[in-house]
Amino acid sequence: MLSKRSERYPLRRRDVVAQLLADRGGLLVVAGLGAPAWDATAAGDHPLTFPLWGAMGGAVMMGLGLALAQPARRVLVLTGDGEMLMGLGALATVGVKRPTNLAVAVLDNERYGETGMQPTHTAGPADLATAAHALGLPVTGTVRDKAALATALPLLRDTEGPVFFDIKVRAEDLPLVLPPKDGEHLKDRFRAALLGPDGAD
Amino acid sequence: MASAAGNAWPDEIFTALQAAQVRQVAYVPDAGHKRLIARCLAEPAITAVPLTTEEEGVALLAGAWLGGQRGVLLMQSSGVGNVVNMLSLARTCRFPLLMLVTMRGQEGEFNPWQEPMGRAAAPVLNLIGCRIFELDRPASAGEVVSAAARQVFDEQAMAAVLIAQRMVGVKSFGH
Repeated sequence: MLSKRSERYPLRRRDVVAQLLADRGGLLVVAGLGAPAWDATAAGDHPLTFPLWGAMGGAVMMGLGLALAQPARRVLVLTGDGEMLMGLGALATVGVKRPTNLAVAVLDNERYGETGMQPTHTAGPADLATAAHALGLPVTGTVRDKAALATALPLLRDTEGPVFFDIKVRAEDLPLVLPPKDGEHLKDRFRAALLGPDGAD
Repeated sequence: MASAAGNAWPDEIFTALQAAQVRQVAYVPDAGHKRLIARCLAEPAITAVPLTTEEEGVALLAGAWLGGQRGVLLMQSSGVGNVVNMLSLARTCRFPLLMLVTMRGQEGEFNPWQEPMGRAAAPVLNLIGCRIFELDRPASAGEVVSAAARQVFDEQAMAAVLIAQRMVGVKSFGH
């Protein structure tokens, strides 16, 4: 039985991501595979965004490695509910290391968007923000409307973390906006932008 | 069991990792890597990251490399089975990935449930495009890990050092 409730959620994922990435400054971004990577690209392809085309379950861990390597920079992981559920243990690992510069925003439409909009466990009882809190992340919450998003945005961008927000977004089919697919290129341009020309080696 | 003289090989590996400028050490608890993990935890220049599953380490070290740091992933042969799809990340993007794998399921193994991945670890790693370095003598530990690290970081490759169970000793239960 497919729950229809997320088709009526007020927040739209592309608007949310555009707001999360507005005036991004030195923000470092990892975007999980599927819709979050397309959303991040729709907000503007950027060398300091690493969009994943695979590695399902790995987005938060990639953000953790980056946050530990670059403690002076803010790291934002944008990912989906299905991707997060596949690597839920990563939140326990983040809870142990507690990097203050790491933030995770889950764009939770309660569906597997790339495979035909099947329900994820968040369409049922799974509550990702409660899980993140229970696993030791100090700043967590669920966002369901514009007012809550306005509160969460500055926390995701600036406050001492690790920060985790589950942002309930409408289940909708949107045009694909694809980032570059060449992983070596994505890696080299990220390192060059962050570390300088020698960083691409 | 390894002889008293042969017990210092984790220190040789630690020295090799330091020389390779490794800064993030991802690990799952492992008797064979116990001493190396303790050395890493005691070293301020190293961030040691305990994982809930080995595949977390592959993604962690990709992020570390994006941020300009080198890392290493410590695990048992059973963990090789857990990381296979995530190795696509290292392979496709050519993220340097150095894995130090203590082997189970070899001679003297007490637990038959370790045998399937013990047998499959090397072929599986080969299939996904990972270079293999066999380490079966304590005296070679520093040299082999240094060689693997050079290939990994100079060529942006992935490599696994398979540490023979005879170096680690036979796991005993109830002690």
